[in-house]
Amino acid sequence: MKIKTVKPPMSANGNASSLAGVVVRRTVKRAKVRAPRFVAKLWQLRLYVTDSTPKSLTAFSNLKKLCESQLKGCYRITVIDLLKQPQLAKGDQILAVPTVVRKLPKPVRTIIGNLSDIERVLVGLDLRAAD
Amino acid sequence: MKKKVSKPTSPATRLPKCPTGIQGLDEITSGGLPRGRPTLVCGGAGCGKTLLAAEFLVRGAVQFDEPGVLMAFEETEKELTANVASLGFDLAGLIRRKKIVVDYVHVERSEVQESGEYDLEGLFIRLGHAIDFIGAKRVVLDTLEVLFASLPNEAILRAELRRLFRWLKEKGVTAVITAERGRESLTRHGLEEYVSDCVILLDHRVNDQIATRHLRVVKYRGSLHGTNEFPFLIAEDGISVLPITSLALNHKVSAGRIATGIHRLDAMLGGRGFFRGSSILITGTSGTGKTIIASNFAQAACRRGERVLFFSFEESPNQIIRNMHSIGLRLEPLVKKDLLRFHSARPSLYGLEMHLATMFREIATFKPHVVIIDPITSLMDAGTDSETKGMVTRLIDYLKAGQVTSLFTSLTLGGHALAQSESAMSSLMDAWILLQDFEGNGERNRVLYVLKARGMAHSNQIREFLISDWGIDLVDAYIGVSGVLTGSARVAQGALEKAAVLATQQEAAQLKREVERKRKALDRQISDLRSDYEGEALELRRIAEQVGTRTLVLGTERAASGLLRQADTKLAAITRNTHRNGKVS
Repeated sequence: MKIKTVKPPMSANGNASSLAGVVVRRTVKRAKVRAPRFVAKLWQLRLYVTDSTPKSLTAFSNLKKLCESQLKGCYRITVIDLLKQPQLAKGDQILAVPTVVRKLPKPVRTIIGNLSDIERVLVGLDLRAAD
Repeated sequence: MKKKVSKPTSPATRLPKCPTGIQGLDEITSGGLPRGRPTLVCGGAGCGKTLLAAEFLVRGAVQFDEPGVLMAFEETEKELTANVASLGFDLAGLIRRKKIVVDYVHVERSEVQESGEYDLEGLFIRLGHAIDFIGAKRVVLDTLEVLFASLPNEAILRAELRRLFRWLKEKGVTAVITAERGRESLTRHGLEEYVSDCVILLDHRVNDQIATRHLRVVKYRGSLHGTNEFPFLIAEDGISVLPITSLALNHKVSAGRIATGIHRLDAMLGGRGFFRGSSILITGTSGTGKTIIASNFAQAACRRGERVLFFSFEESPNQIIRNMHSIGLRLEPLVKKDLLRFHSARPSLYGLEMHLATMFREIATFKPHVVIIDPITSLMDAGTDSETKGMVTRLIDYLKAGQVTSLFTSLTLGGHALAQSESAMSSLMDAWILLQDFEGNGERNRVLYVLKARGMAHSNQIREFLISDWGIDLVDAYIGVSGVLTGSARVAQGALEKAAVLATQQEAAQLKREVERKRKALDRQISDLRSDYEGEALELRRIAEQVGTRTLVLGTERAASGLLRQADTKLAAITRNTHRNGKVS
């Protein structure tokens, strides 16, 4: 499965008018970034959405905020609109929308929902140990 | 059938139906599942939900040209393909030809973290995409309830499921949703509250250590349906529901007759044997020779060049061949010529429905003219009476439809054979031969009656049934004042009669001799008397002569003296003449 990587056509604050097909790649110079110690390499995240529903938009902005704070400079979010690419739902076993799938680093992690509960997202992404 | 169902004459009055193609199910539901609506198939573990759903899909794609989507929550595409291959379905081929799409949905709860609101739009999109991809008319969701274990938020899930079923209806696809049976409700998670058009309940019950599957249509909105529990089986060619109630009595009948292989028995059956295509029951206690009659019948059929299928539930084929050899029946060459085929199985090997399916398959492949089931009572152990009767009914119906003559043997356990449970079964039979043991004089003897033979004049006589090294023979039993005599008693009685006749003959001869003797004695007496009489008569004559002579002498003397006295000369002259004559004679 191939996903086109496109330059982000939107502003950094995440106020995207449409998320479809958007790939946000943020690679800033490493020297300037104080990366979390357990983050070794580039994080690949996929966000599955349907069109620009409020849930999808909230999920994207929440995810982006979180990545900026925790993984600044070493993450890549691929947004997939299932209405446009329904065949991609099968590969990552998507049922719920929105869904975030952490493809890298392994193992694969899945978080469903609009990511409003930051704590659970952090646990789900292994960024914080579950209590 | 499909046309009739899918294009009803007036849609307002008749619910359009979607034929499943599953043997028997369409008859029960009078046409199939409700078209364009979801149907719930629920049942416990291992009762065949997935197979039923898969068959619905495969038959749809193959027979009715209705592509289908199988959304599997439990099994992967590979597993499913392998599983349905056991029913002879080429799922992989159908997938290649774009007749079926299998989408395996798997959600591992431990890998999923929930955070905030979500919906199941992903599922809808996947399903929608699959439906659009091949233009599916049928959808199977197997087993949707797995989602309850995968997704933590039940409230969202329930709302989404409600939406899903509505969405499926809008899509116009005929859907089958499988669900686990719950403890108190039909399904574990109450799916029946969302799917209310048609609910089918599957059940797998163990009765006397033998499992039988049952199917029941619990609910079918807007349609008549069979409400009974129907046994069904999963055979090598798919599911087969056995709707006993749908049997029709409209098969062709033949007036042709076939010989039984026992000459005297033919004679008892109007001289020509059984009707072709009839069903024959042979009952008897053990050791009365049921299998022997059946084997004779088989041999006779094979000699006519007909094929015979022999289902044996007690003996192995080799055992039967050996045993029949001892009475002069050679079955082995017939087996070699493939005219006779044995099928042996222990009754408890599998359930009744499986037996029936196996028999159907064997009959369908071998296409026999005669089918022998020895004994049908063994199968009764594999199910309840009503089930067995249902099975036999179905079997007979199937055989009669194909003009196959069927012979069933039935073992009765002591007592009077007529009073036993197969009397229920006997009503299905066209001819009934009863074998019985007669005990007496320290021996057991076999007798045979023709209890009934529909449509032919048959003997009402009892016959003694002899089994010798040369086969079967029927002889007239001795019926006399002291009742029916068989075996050595019959022989003894025969001897007794012979002796009696001989004695009478001897007596008559004796009497004859006696009479003869008497007659001879009489004759002798008569001759004695005669000789006596003759002697006496002689004596009498002699005496008379003496008297005459004396008189003459006396006269002469008197004349002489008269003469001497000169009393009468004339008279004296006459007397002289007379004396002279008498002297001469």
